[in-house]
Amino acid sequence: MEWNWDHAYAVLPQLLKGLVITIEATIVASLIAYILGLAIAIFKMSKSKLVRVSLYWMTEFVRRTPILVQLYVVFYVLPDFGIFLEAFTCGVIVLGIHFSTYTSEVFRAGIDNVSKGQWEAAKSLNYNPYQAWKHVILPQAIPPMIPPLANYLITMFKETPLLAFITVVELFRAADQYSNSYYTYLEPMTLVGVFFLIVSIPSAMIAMKLEKKFKPIKVTR
Amino acid sequence: MNEVLEFYPILIKGTIVTIQLTVLGAIVALIISFIVGIARISSFASVRVIAIVYLEFFRGSSALVQMFFIYFVLPMWGIYFDAITAGVIACGLNVGAYGSEAVRGAILAVSKEQHEASQALNYSSYEKYRYVIIPQAIPIMIPTFGNLLIELMKLTAVCSLITISDLTFVAQIIRVQTALTLEPFLLILIIYFIIATVLVQIVDMIAKKFSKGRNIMTAGDK
Repeated sequence: MEWNWDHAYAVLPQLLKGLVITIEATIVASLIAYILGLAIAIFKMSKSKLVRVSLYWMTEFVRRTPILVQLYVVFYVLPDFGIFLEAFTCGVIVLGIHFSTYTSEVFRAGIDNVSKGQWEAAKSLNYNPYQAWKHVILPQAIPPMIPPLANYLITMFKETPLLAFITVVELFRAADQYSNSYYTYLEPMTLVGVFFLIVSIPSAMIAMKLEKKFKPIKVTR
Repeated sequence: MNEVLEFYPILIKGTIVTIQLTVLGAIVALIISFIVGIARISSFASVRVIAIVYLEFFRGSSALVQMFFIYFVLPMWGIYFDAITAGVIACGLNVGAYGSEAVRGAILAVSKEQHEASQALNYSSYEKYRYVIIPQAIPIMIPTFGNLLIELMKLTAVCSLITISDLTFVAQIIRVQTALTLEPFLLILIIYFIIATVLVQIVDMIAKKFSKGRNIMTAGDK
């Protein structure tokens, strides 16, 4: 089968529309992942063992099961309970929750990374907790977290095609629709791959620059 | 729930398919990881460039797209794979790219003195890596490989989209046949969780075995 530029040009506008949806999904999902991840990290430092253990198994359950199945659960099951969400909303919620279990590890490692002496120093300067967090802990904790968080952003971007299977017309589904109407997989699918590379390779390079700029923390998992 | 459990023959089959995909994919990924990881530190620039292109290509695009490419686009060029092979290849190539970084990182984490020591023993380059460097690098790789194994297992769910009848595919069949939604999906989520938890335990056991008498488990770059 020969590469046909007519198909390539014809599919391009749809793909660009899809790419916009893909990027929107990535941004919304990552916001959810960061906020929820921070919350999980804070609750995982709770004094109550019950909270810590139950949170551990909850996050492990999410981590150890496929996103695709989680998407199906939210998309097909919620309407049975009278909750009707748009496919896009379902998708970003699932992606966000799934990756919050990963980002929470980053936040936890980042906070653990600030040594105990810093807390004591803040205390000895008579800082209140707000001042301690603002002036001492966060300025040290945040920069090393940035590279791993940026990497998860790229990972999330690459997981968004799964949203196609709960009917979100993002990049992948846009290509698939074209393929199904014109019986050609070659051009649309290749272009989808190229689009992914065009976005993710430069982003990965930026992430690498960030790694050089801020010495990243080691997230063991 | 009983209605769903009546489908136990296909559920068991689906579980077996998922495990098969995971194991076969892991073997492919492991081989690729070592080949590409070692190629990354080759002294030949051309070999390094090929390895980097491979790595960036498979890490840069989505696993789902790669899988569809292998299953739907390659046949247009006359390269045919059956669904299982396409799934295993896609999972293996994708996770192998990530694994190669673990291999490379671990090899680089072995200290410089070890290289000097092998030189002092007049080891050839092959002997150096075979007997000195890689045996010390393996325990460092294992935790990362453990995480990647879980990622691989989760990736096999995507294989249901290229017509492989794994667990996810089976759940869809049950959903269509019984009009139940919560039960089939909840059931397979639990099965996936059990498979993953068993895999985590196995990797922990391997990690313990390899770290016996060594104190470099903590030295690894993850």
